[in-house]
Amino acid sequence: MHIVVCVKQVPDTKIIKINPKTNTLDRRSAPAILNPYDAHAVQEAVKIKKMVGECTISVLSMGPPQATAVIKKSIEIGADKGYLISDRAFAGADTLATSYALSKALERIAKEEPADLVICGLHAIDGDTGQVGPGIARRMDIPPVTNVIEVTELNEKEKTILLKRKLANGYQLIQADYPCLMTVGKEINEIEYSPMPNMIKAARYEPIIWSVNDLENVNRPQLGLKGSPTIVGKMFTPPKPEGGKRLEGNSDEQVSQLIELLQDKKELFFTAR
Amino acid sequence: MSEKFDVIVVGAGPAGTSCAYTCAKNGLKVLQIERGEYPGSKNVMGGVLYRQQMEEIIPEFWKEAPLERPVVEQRFWMMDKESVVTFGYKGLEWGVEPYNNFTVLRAPFDQWFAKKGIEQGVLLITETVVLECIVENGKVIGVRTDRPDGEVYADVVVLADGVNSLLGKQLGYHNEFRPDEVALTVMEVINLPKEKINDRFNLEDNQGCTIELFGDSTKGNLGTAFIYTNKESINIGVGTTLSSMIKAKLKPYDLLDYLKTHSMIKPFLEGGESAEYLAHLIPEGGFHSVPKVAGNGVLLVGDAAQLVNAIHREGSNMAMASGKMAAETIVEAKSRNDFSESSLNLYREKLYDSFIIKDLEKYKDAAHTFENHPQYFKDYVPMMNRAASKFFTVDGTPKREKQKQIMRSITGERGTLKVLQDMYRAWKAVK
Repeated sequence: MHIVVCVKQVPDTKIIKINPKTNTLDRRSAPAILNPYDAHAVQEAVKIKKMVGECTISVLSMGPPQATAVIKKSIEIGADKGYLISDRAFAGADTLATSYALSKALERIAKEEPADLVICGLHAIDGDTGQVGPGIARRMDIPPVTNVIEVTELNEKEKTILLKRKLANGYQLIQADYPCLMTVGKEINEIEYSPMPNMIKAARYEPIIWSVNDLENVNRPQLGLKGSPTIVGKMFTPPKPEGGKRLEGNSDEQVSQLIELLQDKKELFFTAR
Repeated sequence: MSEKFDVIVVGAGPAGTSCAYTCAKNGLKVLQIERGEYPGSKNVMGGVLYRQQMEEIIPEFWKEAPLERPVVEQRFWMMDKESVVTFGYKGLEWGVEPYNNFTVLRAPFDQWFAKKGIEQGVLLITETVVLECIVENGKVIGVRTDRPDGEVYADVVVLADGVNSLLGKQLGYHNEFRPDEVALTVMEVINLPKEKINDRFNLEDNQGCTIELFGDSTKGNLGTAFIYTNKESINIGVGTTLSSMIKAKLKPYDLLDYLKTHSMIKPFLEGGESAEYLAHLIPEGGFHSVPKVAGNGVLLVGDAAQLVNAIHREGSNMAMASGKMAAETIVEAKSRNDFSESSLNLYREKLYDSFIIKDLEKYKDAAHTFENHPQYFKDYVPMMNRAASKFFTVDGTPKREKQKQIMRSITGERGTLKVLQDMYRAWKAVK
């Protein structure tokens, strides 16, 4: 079995600052990390590897040369090998051009060993679109299953996989034929503390880096900024929430004020019934 | 059994990285283990990096290392409550190659230095805690980390795990600190625009200044405070021995707050924005506190070996030099294929033959003297201030008469014999 996990290097949005003049992310202010959802995607691949017999986990990323750091991080979690596609031709890509480039890299990887499963994070924490995963599936012509929170069963004989999806108002169990692509949420697993041999392997590992010339049958106008129809109309920092009420007085007074407030608004809590 | 290395270095501060770098450069297979998220994420110092010892490891490092400012001026302040006697030296020769020393911020610097090690072939693993040395038949043969399958093995383990070397303690090389062997220093990084720093410290863009503060900066206790200029921030810190803090019932952060609002200091910091707050233990026991530094399959370097010259605020340079000496020792031991204590004791010889132990020996009684005789910081510094004030105040008194008054007030306060005794004792402690 061959699992390919798509990963992305993102700025750590927990600490990042927004430049108040341009409204863009000040990327220097935050360290680059492996997109947290993608870390769960790699971890899930490791879990599946333990369920099945033979299994190789490859990770794939697109980005500048320093994005090899997230491939090394993936090796720490338990991936076997990693590919980075890195070229000026890919720069400025939106989700359409990104999924095109990644699907071309997947084609090349498939030549060595066809992918049975492609796993992506639900979305990246810097762009939040969640479009690249389904975009890759469409181009590979395999079914996409989004927002998976549990791999319930994997049948290697029948080549089917039973997946639990999280929906807005419940869960959905889907049996899919694989090859297929799934995007995973954080609930799907806990990131394990990587064992020492993985750490040593990752420290030593040199990811395979491909330029656009290493990919085959690429239609260049579909890459990078040229291949990106997305136009950013406006960027703004969401306004800080205003209003609210500060309760004054000693703790007893504050508690009784709070209870009064909650009773006034009880329809907020009980309308669902 | 998991993989075996030539050397495992525990810690990625200046001592550990110097050692790992030099070992790898000489073709050894090196694993370096750091507990922080990245090298430098947990490392603290006041901020002065010495050029000489760094250059012995990476020539002309200033051309690429992330440094703040080359130090062109060193000031010394003897502080009283509302006055200060100052002296210092400023020399532009320190502002050009090969420089004397630099201010640095440890997080970027240590990352850069560790990266140089990786380029030489060091395998660096972060976010990993070494729990203990694996000892077999009285010989250290590896370390156990907190990770699953966490044992790794090597011919030599180098402990560069810092001042409070838990691994050194486990091996019985260290005892728990006595409160007078260790200082607690707290410091703050305060952001200020470059122009403000240049104006307030009389500097140009690529010039830095250090100020060491004595006397009222520690409320007269044994210790020092400092202000160092970075490119766009100032490091301000203060530390005293733990024993002084206990005796005077001081809290380190109260002392720092006192310093920041001191009338002589406040104008430097006006309008600054606090960026970081750090604290660090400093091994100040000196010569008498240096533990066993070499054993069967194990060496101690840097702070872990308590190599700090508190009087001259030198530590990172000793860390680097000791790391390099350890590496050279391991390379030689490898050629003999003998990693026993007697073979590795070459490191001890190198250390004792170098400026490191020679300097520590020179000041071996200094801390003890100043600790037991608090009058130097408590009485003499204010006396100097009063004397300077008297001498420079123009009030119609003839200068010779002023000199007499000053001498009388000093000997009158402590007695001529006592003053002579104090002077002799101080001279003996630092001679």
